[in-house]
Amino acid sequence: MEYNDMELMICLASRYLEDDSIVVVGTGAPCAAAMLAQKLYSPRLMIMFEAGGIGPLLPSMPISVGDSRTFYRALAASSMPEIMETCQRGLVDYTFLGGAQIDQYGNINSTMIGEDYTAPRVRLPGSGGANDLGSLCWKTMMITPQDQRRFTEKIDFVTTPGYLTGPGAREKAGLPPGSGPYKVITNLCVIGFDDQSKRMKVESMHPGITKEKIIESTGFELLWSESVTVSDAPKEDELNILRNEVDPYRYIIGRG
Amino acid sequence: MADFTELLKEKNVTYRPGGCGKIYTDPDADRARVYFRDQKPRKMVEKTTTVSEAVKNFVSDGDYIGIGGFGANRIPTAVLHEMVRQGKKSIGLSGHTATHDFQILVAGKCIDRCDIAYVVGLEARGLSKIARTAIESGEIDTTEWTNAALTWRYKAAAMGLSFMPVRCMLGTDTQKFSAAMEMECPFTGTRYLAVPALYPDVGIIHVHRSDVYGNCQIDGIMVADSDLARAAKRLIITTERLVPNRVIRREPTKTVIPYYLVDAVIEVPFGSYPGNMAYEYFSDEAHLRDWLKAENDPEDLAAFLQRHIYGVKDFNGYLDQIGGMSRLQELRYQENLVEK
Repeated sequence: MEYNDMELMICLASRYLEDDSIVVVGTGAPCAAAMLAQKLYSPRLMIMFEAGGIGPLLPSMPISVGDSRTFYRALAASSMPEIMETCQRGLVDYTFLGGAQIDQYGNINSTMIGEDYTAPRVRLPGSGGANDLGSLCWKTMMITPQDQRRFTEKIDFVTTPGYLTGPGAREKAGLPPGSGPYKVITNLCVIGFDDQSKRMKVESMHPGITKEKIIESTGFELLWSESVTVSDAPKEDELNILRNEVDPYRYIIGRG
Repeated sequence: MADFTELLKEKNVTYRPGGCGKIYTDPDADRARVYFRDQKPRKMVEKTTTVSEAVKNFVSDGDYIGIGGFGANRIPTAVLHEMVRQGKKSIGLSGHTATHDFQILVAGKCIDRCDIAYVVGLEARGLSKIARTAIESGEIDTTEWTNAALTWRYKAAAMGLSFMPVRCMLGTDTQKFSAAMEMECPFTGTRYLAVPALYPDVGIIHVHRSDVYGNCQIDGIMVADSDLARAAKRLIITTERLVPNRVIRREPTKTVIPYYLVDAVIEVPFGSYPGNMAYEYFSDEAHLRDWLKAENDPEDLAAFLQRHIYGVKDFNGYLDQIGGMSRLQELRYQENLVEK
């Protein structure tokens, strides 16, 4: 079956969400991945939204992480402190983040582009809950297009911590030990993080994508797993459910 | 512009500085206690008024405000429009996922400082050009935070404290441009960030139902409003419906804001429009798109604001402009008939 980049990234992401775990998601691709996982792989995956929704039976894609769809027929309609404190207590396994820039340690910028904080060339929305989720959830994943501008050696502003400056840096800064970036799922490959150096390490390349293409789309030096595989293409049942049940109006997959 | 970072120096605070940002509100718990003792109404009296009177009496130029709900969900739109109409100036804002609310106040040139967790964007809808320009140009002074940090700053105030230890923001530029300070837990030695309590001068919250005394109930998610209502020095409530006191007493477990926190109550049906109001009406995505589109041209924006805010007397006038009951009824279907 044919598929586009967005469909590919969502299908790959959905396979990482284990059953009986908790994920905090935002709107867009992460929400689609969590819904797909729930329908296909992890029926008891608990989806939470940072504004307070806990375990909704999502009827459609939310527009906002606080709109009424995020607690439609939910287990609980709670609050932002309830969700954030649940993360801080160590009960949330996964979260998904995005951003304008990301570096080799998985640090993310969603605050500003430019040299000077007081005079930004482009002001972006800011952390929102991203820094909180990236600081406090156990495993942080990213779904993002990959290019030189976005995957850059030095990001203009560290909004959300990845592994900061390398091994031990999160713990030294006071962030909860054992937390941090887990997978980066792009339109070209799936990237993990090297245990020793905490740098990005390519694990699988998507069908038809070459090593050269990945290198020229990255502004820093990537590590390569000893056994780089080819990512499993989206399966027919994944695409059917994604297209017919998760995002029938193509709000998200239409962007692919 | 007040910067309460100076206050910490006076008090010989010994925490290591974590951030270079300003503290726009006084975190001192003792002064807050005195304010609450002397200024908060204990007597359960009628507090109903009009939006225009409430803004005149409870919001002054220079005040720092906290807005309930979440950007374009359960927001007190009527009060925000009225602040624009009355030309409120030099307002400080807690930008705790502030989206359409921020956009309205920027359009009215009301804001001059902002604690930022999330502004400028309207989530999946795109970015507000005027909001972005207002920050890029330096027109609005900013300090960086996160959603949890601002939530917990309200919580510290709601608890009657001057700070809260938290585990977010550490090690990042978000910390560097905040006004948080690093500290060690006296029991375990764990490193935390201390975030200062946030006592806004005015809290403004839209609820589902309130009685005339200000006993309020909210359906659905609370976001941070339970703590905001307790942290705010003055609190303006708009409500979808005014209900008799016995309706509140029938289900007291639903009461999240008791009357003694509240200074003014106004019934504003469809008061979160064009935002979403859970179980009442969905957001008007077409209207929010029109807003963003109007921002591309200063003349279009001026005409848009004239038509929807400056040229109407009150919030009902705005609702007439956007299509009145026919449009609102469509949004009610969208909210409530997701499944037939």
